[in-house]
Amino acid sequence: MLFFSLLVVVVFSFSFDPSAEESRQIAGGLVWVAFLFAAVVALNQTWAREIRNQVLDAYRVSPAPANSLFMAKTLGNFIFVSVLEALMTPLFIAFYRLRALGPAWELMVVAVLGTWALVVNGTFFAAMSLRTRSREIMLPLLLFPISIPAILAMVQATTAILNGEGARFWIVLLATYDLVFTTVCLLLFETVLNAE
Amino acid sequence: MKRAFPILGVLTAILLSYALYQALVGAPTEQTMGDVQRIFYYHVPSAWTAFILFFVNFGASVFYLTKRRPAADIVALVSAEVGVVFCTVVLVTGPIWARPVWGIWWTWDMRLTSTLVLWLIYVSYLFLRRFSSSGQTPTLAAALAVLGALCVPFVYFSIWFFRTQHPQPVMGGGGSIDPRMLHVLLINWLAFSCFAFLVCWSRYRLESLQREVDQAHALESLLGARGSAR
Repeated sequence: MLFFSLLVVVVFSFSFDPSAEESRQIAGGLVWVAFLFAAVVALNQTWAREIRNQVLDAYRVSPAPANSLFMAKTLGNFIFVSVLEALMTPLFIAFYRLRALGPAWELMVVAVLGTWALVVNGTFFAAMSLRTRSREIMLPLLLFPISIPAILAMVQATTAILNGEGARFWIVLLATYDLVFTTVCLLLFETVLNAE
Repeated sequence: MKRAFPILGVLTAILLSYALYQALVGAPTEQTMGDVQRIFYYHVPSAWTAFILFFVNFGASVFYLTKRRPAADIVALVSAEVGVVFCTVVLVTGPIWARPVWGIWWTWDMRLTSTLVLWLIYVSYLFLRRFSSSGQTPTLAAALAVLGALCVPFVYFSIWFFRTQHPQPVMGGGGSIDPRMLHVLLINWLAFSCFAFLVCWSRYRLESLQREVDQAHALESLLGARGSAR
């Protein structure tokens, strides 16, 4: 998965050979597309272990609340994807000669909120696509349309910070998105887990 | 009920032909855009009908999640299918209209983008229904429908902010509409809604029959297996 996102970064930097000024304009999009693809690869593995030996059925009959299972899975994915991002970001900075004109700590906020948005929806939809035929294709089909506003917010916030413009609106939008979708995923997860 | 169906069918056919005549001949020609503007009478009613159907889908999904009635699931399925068809009509007629009037096929305007995202969400909804195993489909699809409907305001807000920062000169919104045009528009909308309702109705009957047949088959094979075991 790490290697996969490394490939995405390298292929992107071959495809565009930007100057420092241009790369500021496009880097926000490239970074998040690379992370998105990497996250999908990671998320597809979320429930892969549970398929063997009917572990999901064991979860269903266990007295543990379904939401703690969901939160644990989400947190696990979140840590996983965050580590990946932490490793990829220096590469991006080096390849695209990036230097933020705005406050760099805001990028951290955007990264945390954006990753959470991808991961919380991704874990939920991975649990859904688990029940379908051709499940590995199903996850991005479900995840991408729903994530469009979040992706737009992440990309716009990153680009705004890199160019030294205000990103307050996008961060608030992203935080609201996170809040709403985390709540709804928690409300619906038990239903989805027990769907028969 | 059974007698109402053909009556509604005939009524819809009359309404549709009257609306077609009104849209092509009856409505006054728009001053600046000319005859191209007549596509408006298909574009806007389709959009309204599609939005209503998606709203029905959301309501039926919530109802299914709380009350677990199979009928609500069929309504959700049917409204999503027909809604996607109408939404496709909107997305196809939009560029055809935009090209001669704005000079471009597409712009990332608020309404266009929201409609496109809506279309994507409901196509993925139909994909999920198609590819999940039958027993779980209603629940999974209803959960997705709820999430998808929640996504719509976010799309709208984000695009609104996105585009108000970089204003596009192309949207010719605002202004008033000729009352005769409004009249034709509403007639078309009525006709389209009747048509959508008719299609949904027949699709609903088809789907419930299909499910009955499936259940009968399952029961038969179950009984057959028991019989041979004996």
